[in-house]
Amino acid sequence: MPRRIKPLDVYRLLPKLNCGKCGEPTCMVFATKLIERQTTLDKCRPLFEDPRFRENLRKLMELLRPPVKEVTIGVEPNAVKVGGKDVVYRHEWTWRNPTAIALDVHDGMGDEEVERRIKFVNEWFYERIEKRLGIDLLAVRCVSGSAERFVKFVEKVCKLTSKPLIVCTLDPATLEEVLKRIGSRRPLIYAATERNWREFADLAVKWSCPLVVSAPNDLSKLKSLVVSIVKNFGYEELVLDPGTLVSNGGFLDTISNFTALRYSAIEFGEREVGFPLMAIPATVWIFESGGTEELEFREAIIACSLVARYADILVMHSLSPWVYMAVLCLRDCLYTDPRVPPSVKPGLYEVGKPTPESPLVVTCNYALTVSLVRGDLEKSGIDAWLLVIDTEGTSVASAVAGKRFTADKIAEAVKELKLEEKVKHRSLVIPGYAAKIAGELEDLLPGWRVFVGPRESSDLPKFIREIWSKEVLGKA
Amino acid sequence: MSQERRVREERREAEARKVVADLLKLLSTADRLEFEDVVIDARELTIEFIPPSAPTGPTYLKLTVEPVGVPQPPGGKLEFILEVTPTGFRLLTPPVPGAVPITVPPIAAVPKLVEFIKVEYKYPSLEFKGSIAEVKIGATKAEGGTRSTVIKIGGDNKPPIFRFLGYVVNRPKVALDVFDTTIPLPRAVRDAYGDVLSNPYEWAKKCINVVKADLISFHLVSTDPGIKDVSPQEAAKEVEQMLQTIDIPFIVGGCGNPVKDLETFAKVAEVAANERLVLASVTFGMNIPKYVEVVKKFNHVALALIFMDVTQAKAICRRLMDLGLSKDRIILDPTTAALGYGTEYSFSAAERIRLAALRGDEDLQVPMSCAATNAWAAREAWMKLDAWGPREWRGPLWEAVTAMTMLLAGADLFMMMHPLAASIVKSVTEFMEKQTVRDVIEKEVSEYYSWVTKRY
Ligand code: SF4
Repeated sequence: MPRRIKPLDVYRLLPKLNCGKCGEPTCMVFATKLIERQTTLDKCRPLFEDPRFRENLRKLMELLRPPVKEVTIGVEPNAVKVGGKDVVYRHEWTWRNPTAIALDVHDGMGDEEVERRIKFVNEWFYERIEKRLGIDLLAVRCVSGSAERFVKFVEKVCKLTSKPLIVCTLDPATLEEVLKRIGSRRPLIYAATERNWREFADLAVKWSCPLVVSAPNDLSKLKSLVVSIVKNFGYEELVLDPGTLVSNGGFLDTISNFTALRYSAIEFGEREVGFPLMAIPATVWIFESGGTEELEFREAIIACSLVARYADILVMHSLSPWVYMAVLCLRDCLYTDPRVPPSVKPGLYEVGKPTPESPLVVTCNYALTVSLVRGDLEKSGIDAWLLVIDTEGTSVASAVAGKRFTADKIAEAVKELKLEEKVKHRSLVIPGYAAKIAGELEDLLPGWRVFVGPRESSDLPKFIREIWSKEVLGKA
Repeated sequence: MSQERRVREERREAEARKVVADLLKLLSTADRLEFEDVVIDARELTIEFIPPSAPTGPTYLKLTVEPVGVPQPPGGKLEFILEVTPTGFRLLTPPVPGAVPITVPPIAAVPKLVEFIKVEYKYPSLEFKGSIAEVKIGATKAEGGTRSTVIKIGGDNKPPIFRFLGYVVNRPKVALDVFDTTIPLPRAVRDAYGDVLSNPYEWAKKCINVVKADLISFHLVSTDPGIKDVSPQEAAKEVEQMLQTIDIPFIVGGCGNPVKDLETFAKVAEVAANERLVLASVTFGMNIPKYVEVVKKFNHVALALIFMDVTQAKAICRRLMDLGLSKDRIILDPTTAALGYGTEYSFSAAERIRLAALRGDEDLQVPMSCAATNAWAAREAWMKLDAWGPREWRGPLWEAVTAMTMLLAGADLFMMMHPLAASIVKSVTEFMEKQTVRDVIEKEVSEYYSWVTKRY
């Protein structure tokens, strides 16, 4: 089981000055927030400034270090953090630092293609529950074999984007030239292998850049490389590439390797493998054959599976929105807090382009329910007003039972939002699960008609077309 | 202090900080730093050395500056903490807006002794004390049925794709959905099947011959009182015809109305006695004892549907077992939400159920099913929108990802719809049973880095 630190263990080691410099009223509050990963240790200045706390500081750093190290790529304000994982299973505690997605470009690509890709990285997004999800990183590959050409290319890319980079070359001389120009941007270096690890580690240390350690499908070699770098260079800004195999069997070996590494790091406290994991679904494009869409499809499946199985970084090659929609959507879902039912802001929402003649549908603010209701209405082409009541993120059925979905709340919202000005028909549809509050609601809203709709939102379109329309608008 | 004054002072302080930050930035461009005839324009500059707190930990420098020539900060002094690493130093506090960590390349930092340290990685040795019951679907002649094969699911004592603990005992199976009456289907699905959609028997044949379905999931939607309200007798006739049309095992789905479904199941179970069909599904809203009686009497398999919750899962399985159904007659459907519409709840519910089962919870040691077809409820799957790209790929991907996520969480049986999604999931499952052949991945490993160096 993952180790869960107690606030008291942290508190014991803090300066106990209650001076508030950390931005928290007391050391105890600070301790609690540290554990919840809502603040960072460096905020407690006395701890760093007073030599008397040195030993405690060391202990605190040790105590608070997540079993999977957190590694930063790039510099603020565009830095991307990866890893920092505390648990294997997301139901135990929120997975932190969503898998960072990288798109590749290389120095053999035509200008147009490069610009298209960078534009995609810079601008494309997929909107989900009021969030804009997009590509996080750019992986720059050296295919020309020429350091000079590659450096020029990397510099050009840097001018076109502020996203952090992954510099991909296996040649130390090329890497050195690149770092001389853009080392201060703190790119992630790909990759130290059994052939070049000494030079690569040396350069990573010199430029203080995070480094990928790579050994495809050989975890002992991977671990050996990590140990060699940590022991010889004292450097721990590492990311692991255990290899992403994409053939049917190889793909399963890869999933299994990712799982094993994460288990070792978290459940068994094996420091040597406690680093972020990088997956490269882009390998599909060299090892599999097929049309563009087929390869994109396959890459998406591999990427999604590895998002669910512990990848902290993905390098991809596809350039189609539907591929990234699936990957980002899954990532966004899996990286939510398992304890908090996700909720949407209460209020009035528009589905399609509603008019004063459109139905007014009431529901809870459980994000999933809202999505479903909205989806079902949209699917059947019904424009509607959607009144979302604050039920603290619970579903209608439990909110009715727990008195969070009440006639009072609905009536209040109707008045406050002046809904009588929005809809001419003065009627609203409440969910079937809330049937028992219908009477009370009619009493509270004189002049309004309350319809008890179906329990399932999938039946809502039919209800609106066949019952509500007939009763209210006089036509089915 | 008035609001205005505070704002002004804060701005001044920020400016002062920026001056120092700029100075540090300037210093960082130098390879080496030598102080010679330096004039530091400050009333006071203290540099405090904070030694490393751990052998490998960083050293800190605290700089206290009392600047001149810039507006005075409150208290007259500015404090900076610098983290000194073997490679240079980095400004830790205060966070100046827009400041970047400053890195100075070292003068010489190559360690003398750089040896390769060979160590072994041992795969985690996990042991699970519980195992999942093996459920058989379908019965051959020898067993009193008419199916050509028997499908086995479950039976494992570890989570899926933990290959370091072994390969799966029975690979998960893929059932293809067939509906007995025309229902609105997404465009991508209609295009994939074409004409056969109007004839469930032809549809099922196509699923078997073209998509290579392991099973068929035959949904008697026409029994819905709100649709055609087809009688249990007629529904039973449909099932008889399906039994004659295909020879693989199948699942019979109701319309979702617990009262009507029970009536339908009773008749269907009778005409298909001993065929070991799956009767999908039983819920808390149904007369559970009656349902169990039907399943037991005619020798079928129960499928219990709950809503993404471990407690509910335990309760319904317990109830079925208390009524005399053995574990090897129960499949649990914890509800599969479409990708993006509650995936995380389905995923975590399934994962928790499976882990609890493997850790010894007897109530949960049954195979799980996943209705990946639900993915098509997501508008991302079916909606026509140019910005989202072609539906004929997007839709199946949505379904396949929904299924794959549940596969990783432990699902043993999938109900799917689109041929593309179903076949990719099936091909993954086929490799779960066997060890990877070295030759197959040798090329992938030896040419791995061509992903960096090649054009594609
Ligand atoms: S800054 Fe440190 S000492 Fe001061 S209240 Fe916060 S935790 Fe306590």
